[in-house]
Amino acid sequence: MSAEQLAGLSDLFVVAAVLLYVFAMVGFAIELAFGRARPDRIAGRPSDGVAESADQQVTVKEPVAVGAGAGSAGDVVTAAGPLVASGGGPVDPSEPGTGTAMAGKVALGLAWLGWAANLAAIVSRGLAVERWPWGNMYEFVVAISFAAVTAFLFTQLRHSVRFLGPFVMVTAALGLGLAVKVFYTSAGPVVPALDSYWIAIHVTAAIIASGLLTLAGVAGILYLVRGDGMSRLPSRDDLERVAHRAIVFAFPVWTFAVIAGALWADRAWGRYWGWDPKEIWSFITWVAYAAYLHARVTAGWRGRAATIVQLLAFGCLLFNLIGVNVFISGLHSYADV
Amino acid sequence: MSVQELEKEQAPKHVQLGLTGWLRWAWRTLTSMKTALILLFLLALGSVPGSLVPQRGVDPDKVALLYQQNPTLAEWYDRFQLFEVFSSTWYAAVYLLLFTSLIGCIIPRTATYLRELRRKPPAAPKNLSRLPHFASFESGLTASEAAWRLRKRRFRVVTGDGWVSAEKGYLRETGNLLFHIALLGILFSVGFGSLYGYRGNVLVVEGDGFANTVAAYDRFIPGNQVSAESLEPFSFQLSDLKVAYQLTGEKRGQALDYTARLKVNDHPGSPARDYDLKVNSPLEVDGTQLYLIGNGYAPVFKITDGKGQVAYEGPVPCLIEDKATMTSGCVVKVPDAQPSQLGFLLRFLPTSVPLTDGTYASAFPADVNPQVEILGAFSGDLGVNSGKPQSVYTLAEPEVLRKLKRLFMGSNTPKPLAVGQSVDLPDGLGKLEFTGVKKWITLQTSYDPGRMPALVAAGTAVIAIMLSLLIRRRRVFVRVKEGGTVDVGGLTRTEGNVAGFHEEFAEIVKVLSAGDKDVR
Repeated sequence: MSAEQLAGLSDLFVVAAVLLYVFAMVGFAIELAFGRARPDRIAGRPSDGVAESADQQVTVKEPVAVGAGAGSAGDVVTAAGPLVASGGGPVDPSEPGTGTAMAGKVALGLAWLGWAANLAAIVSRGLAVERWPWGNMYEFVVAISFAAVTAFLFTQLRHSVRFLGPFVMVTAALGLGLAVKVFYTSAGPVVPALDSYWIAIHVTAAIIASGLLTLAGVAGILYLVRGDGMSRLPSRDDLERVAHRAIVFAFPVWTFAVIAGALWADRAWGRYWGWDPKEIWSFITWVAYAAYLHARVTAGWRGRAATIVQLLAFGCLLFNLIGVNVFISGLHSYADV
Repeated sequence: MSVQELEKEQAPKHVQLGLTGWLRWAWRTLTSMKTALILLFLLALGSVPGSLVPQRGVDPDKVALLYQQNPTLAEWYDRFQLFEVFSSTWYAAVYLLLFTSLIGCIIPRTATYLRELRRKPPAAPKNLSRLPHFASFESGLTASEAAWRLRKRRFRVVTGDGWVSAEKGYLRETGNLLFHIALLGILFSVGFGSLYGYRGNVLVVEGDGFANTVAAYDRFIPGNQVSAESLEPFSFQLSDLKVAYQLTGEKRGQALDYTARLKVNDHPGSPARDYDLKVNSPLEVDGTQLYLIGNGYAPVFKITDGKGQVAYEGPVPCLIEDKATMTSGCVVKVPDAQPSQLGFLLRFLPTSVPLTDGTYASAFPADVNPQVEILGAFSGDLGVNSGKPQSVYTLAEPEVLRKLKRLFMGSNTPKPLAVGQSVDLPDGLGKLEFTGVKKWITLQTSYDPGRMPALVAAGTAVIAIMLSLLIRRRRVFVRVKEGGTVDVGGLTRTEGNVAGFHEEFAEIVKVLSAGDKDVR
């Protein structure tokens, strides 16, 4: 197949992915809408941190605390119990055996198909241009949408996070739509500055981190949208757990992406750090997510406040990925917007 | 911090309990997590203007432009050091406070951690079923056997009368502390590099050379501790620059590769070696890096004055006006011309094509059909000898320009010149001949002794943050009761990893409940 044909095929796959994501979104939404309402907290389930479960039943007067903070020896520690050996994966959002669960399963299948189409779009684009397929804004946004869906689907393999389905699907579909409508760039070579093996390292890490952080951002928005008490939306505990876990994995990856970027800059631009707008905003994003991780362990910041910090950080991430290229000129401006 | 500590030490001598108390309060507030959080926010917030306001170190031309366009605003920006955010006092105040707070947090935590490392896991609680993870089974497992099996899984184990207490995951706090220390390392490396390193920019035309001395640079930015003698004495000659362009398709004209061929002498007198300098592969000479940053055209002119003498001969580097077609603007000043000085404003078109309206434009960035268009030619005093600083890229100040005699201007300009063509100036004032095309490159040299330390610190930070975030501290307790019932309890205080521990706990229970033969 010629390069033009492959490029055309890639564009078709993107459209197919958008459609599949939209159908999957509808399926997930049906499951959520006709499923059972849930309380904002799930009682009687082991919570992440021992300290987190304020609704403790038992106080153990033993220094069993694992020293997570300074000077925890001999502290009185509260433990949630009594519980059998069952860890806390988020519960399935719908009762099994009903039609709504069927809608959810179909949606999951459609999401996997969309994921495959998205992957095929990236691979065929890469074959068409004979380089890593994230050399401009269009390819980058397509890849981030793919990463976000990947993060969702692979989490779903181990823990049920189907309640996030409609929201991840709509985000991915919007991302792809934005890429096609606003950032579309025809297949072609990149400028010499981008012609380096570092693109495989630096940009890939940025894409993986962004995908995970998008998942966390979606969960964070739902956390704020969801009121207290019963709701058809997933419980706050579940949302916060998903967001935190995604960020815990994404933060080292993002750190690595920034450092790999510095190493590349050292090869290409003559300095490893020069306060280019993109560098500034990736630093701001990094600091903001660091603030989130610290907020999680600061008394009085857990929950709502930490989620707001997380969303501010997510805003910085989005501005860094897209806004900096659109609004501010700098060394990263070759991304063909 | 040192001042504070000093005062802290002196404080008791003043017998002012209030002062010590106040200082203690200040120190505690500074090192609290809430203050650290606020400082983190301030650091993020303070970085924002650095991306919105042009920075002197990154784009000095834009700063100058702002001063021209809006002097009042520029004054105010300057008052708040917004043109150099990242070296401003207020930004330094934020990050120094943050790092002080960090040190104040690391030191006590390290002490606690070291104590904890030496301490043994605590005794098993009486009732293990109250722990978040619990399992019970019947088997002939003894406490010592359980301890052995847990030790095999690299737990730190303490045994007692019918119980075993085991703990694992100490590397989490190691990672946490190491990560924060690595951040300090990065800060010190960057600081060290900016004190003892330097950067310089220089433009070199094909055929010309460069020797690494302060005077040879167009722009030289040394660190505080850099002297002229600390520059590596290398030199090179630029043989030529080869640029490859995309020839077909929608990306026609996009640059694909730049290769500058250099002959490098690492030391004076050492044999020359060939080096192909490319965008992503800098030249390294004894710790100094040399980077290919930009390129352009330098048409070669021969200018004969009114007396028939050759007043100028050589290449003239032109500034790129349009990157896609490499249309460039050139200024030629001939102060040696007789009877009066000559000046030219020219436009260089690498691939000149005539347009329907009679003008010319460049259709491609490579020099396929290079032509030079004369926009204006002047004679008279250019003010070169006035003593005022001059830019080689502007002909003259507007007030000087007004007084010059216009030889060519507007409608009476001749057709563009191809290589080898020349044009006679009116009134017998001389001749301009376009003799050839050369290219220029801009290079950046940089010497940064903080580079490697920064890399080591950054690498450490990545590994440490992974340890800190992905490892969990967990405890497993075993109680062997009379009658062969074995209780196993487990807990972790690491947030966000409960599901993972659930699986590990199940695995441990499986290993413990297995018969003698199944244990590996």
